[in-house]
Amino acid sequence: MLEIKDLSVAVEGKKIIHDVNMTIQNGETHVLFGPNGAGKSTLLMAIMGFPKYRVTRGSISFKGKDITGLTVDERARLGIGMSFQRPPVVRGVKTSDMVAACLKGSEDDDAIGKLADKADLGEFLERDINYGFSGGEIKRSELMQLLAQKPELTLMDEPESGVDLVNIVLIGKLMNELLEKNCPIQYRKCMGLIITHTGHILDYVNARTGYVMCDGTIGCVGDPHEILTTIREKGYDECIKCYLGRVPTHE
Amino acid sequence: MSKTNASRNYKDKAKTAADKVAALGEDIDLSKYVSSDEKPPYRDNPSSLPSKAKKQMLDAGIMLDDTSQRSGTYIQMDNTPVHSSVSQDGVEVMPVGQAMEQYDWMADYWWQAVAVDQDKYTANIELNQYSGYFIRSLPGQKTVFPVQACLYLAKDKLVQNVHNVIIAEEGSELHIITGCTTASREETGLHLGVSEFYIKKGAKVTFTMIHSWNPEIAVRPRSGVIIEEDGLFLSNYILMKPVRSLQMNPLVRCVGDNAVARFNSVLVTGEGSSLDVGSRVILDARGAKTEIISRAITTGGKIIARGYIEGNAPEVKGHLECRGLILGEKGVIHAIPELKGNLAGIDLSHEAAVGKIAEEEVEYLMARGLTRDEATATIVRGFLRVDIEGLPPLLAEELKRAVEASEKEVM
Repeated sequence: MLEIKDLSVAVEGKKIIHDVNMTIQNGETHVLFGPNGAGKSTLLMAIMGFPKYRVTRGSISFKGKDITGLTVDERARLGIGMSFQRPPVVRGVKTSDMVAACLKGSEDDDAIGKLADKADLGEFLERDINYGFSGGEIKRSELMQLLAQKPELTLMDEPESGVDLVNIVLIGKLMNELLEKNCPIQYRKCMGLIITHTGHILDYVNARTGYVMCDGTIGCVGDPHEILTTIREKGYDECIKCYLGRVPTHE
Repeated sequence: MSKTNASRNYKDKAKTAADKVAALGEDIDLSKYVSSDEKPPYRDNPSSLPSKAKKQMLDAGIMLDDTSQRSGTYIQMDNTPVHSSVSQDGVEVMPVGQAMEQYDWMADYWWQAVAVDQDKYTANIELNQYSGYFIRSLPGQKTVFPVQACLYLAKDKLVQNVHNVIIAEEGSELHIITGCTTASREETGLHLGVSEFYIKKGAKVTFTMIHSWNPEIAVRPRSGVIIEEDGLFLSNYILMKPVRSLQMNPLVRCVGDNAVARFNSVLVTGEGSSLDVGSRVILDARGAKTEIISRAITTGGKIIARGYIEGNAPEVKGHLECRGLILGEKGVIHAIPELKGNLAGIDLSHEAAVGKIAEEEVEYLMARGLTRDEATATIVRGFLRVDIEGLPPLLAEELKRAVEASEKEVM
């Protein structure tokens, strides 16, 4: 379980998000909507623990443990993984090195090859990570690494952006595997928190809770499909107005 | 001109340059170093060398106990050849003095790719006792295994004078590993080395040089390469052990159409070391190509990484890539890439980057569960990994091992 309480986060001294409350139970996938600059990415980065994203108030707990003071790698080893929207190119570090690092040597010899086949990235294993990758290739590479890392909580920042229709089917498939969507809910452990602008990913990944973030906090909570319909029909302003005054609580 | 006259000519020229300060690098006072009349004994079997020397040589890529993966071996201690042998047809390996006696045509190659009066170091070699290797691949002959050559500085405070000549005859293929190292880990010494390469039509030479000196040694190699039509010269240089002062700036001339020169250098240095290492390629013939790649890491020393490409013929292409990492608080990396185009229709480019490891990259790896130290090590290892196009798998493997062996010291 991920539990966020009264969270405020500042970047370079500037408060970006405030008073965020969120609970994700084991096996659940939640979706974050919101206009540009609302603070969605900041929330994900703060959950992952990047030092630039400083928690000024509140707490983040994961699997019953307060992780607010843990470093990025400590959180990763505890079971939090992140699919980066724009990961850096690391020259000389091959894609296969990254997958191997995620596997931590715990798998059979051909584990890397199998994962690459699954993500249709066999030809990319010997290339420098993210170097000259297209939008779709980056997403698949990120998911391939996460499938190796096997996090219990996966944070995804716009998995569908810059991806064509063929790629999105494969990405949806990889996400479902990562989030154990084929496993009955009562046995499912893996959790997900996905940022989406377009909501396209909802056609491929089943999510039961959605949030709208605006001006650095969560403005509403509800069924993600309903929220998406409102946003599409009336825009974010209307969506937020509709829930104005409602105290953001988790269902 | 007779041999004696030619020789006198070079000596005279050298005398005029005996005090000529080199264009680059700290000026080395030659009077601080000694010469020696001692001649270490010749060894028919190089594995009979003392085990300490063999260990030092192994660190520089020279394998003496098992030479099954070498097509020839040359060992020089100070200024005396102590072993030379070949184990494959089609390749010749011998002390350069012996080649001078054996072949009248050696005059056509002697001081032709490097000028004897370039500076006081080239002059010093000509004017004093020297030796060096002669390695030649015969026309159409392709060696599978590399020839290994070791230049070993045994005596303290000595100046080692080396003059090598390498000839790849038409259509031949030659691989050379040169390991330069020293007996003492703390005494001073000076290594001066001239290497002249002649790569004939359609020939291919890969030259891998591993330097493993000590923090008190000064080094001044002087290399010249002439590549004829369709010839290929591939140079790999690895320096990952401390050295006090090293300056070199080999000059390659692509004189034949479609000649290709590639340089890969990996330089790692720490406090107290000063390196000034470059490569110059002159593209004088149609379709000639070059690529100069260098990776430099300093943990406290100073590195000047130079590159110079000059295009003088149509359809030539050159690219220079110089990347430097400064690890730790001190350390200087000065990248000086230079391009000169003398006509239209040429394609020369460069990229240079100097800095510390990007925090964003470290954090990316940490988000996969690596600790900060593991992430940094992975990035440094990747930085040093230069994939060399055209290198035989065996050599590529050895090179990888050499880099990995030294990596631990960097971390």
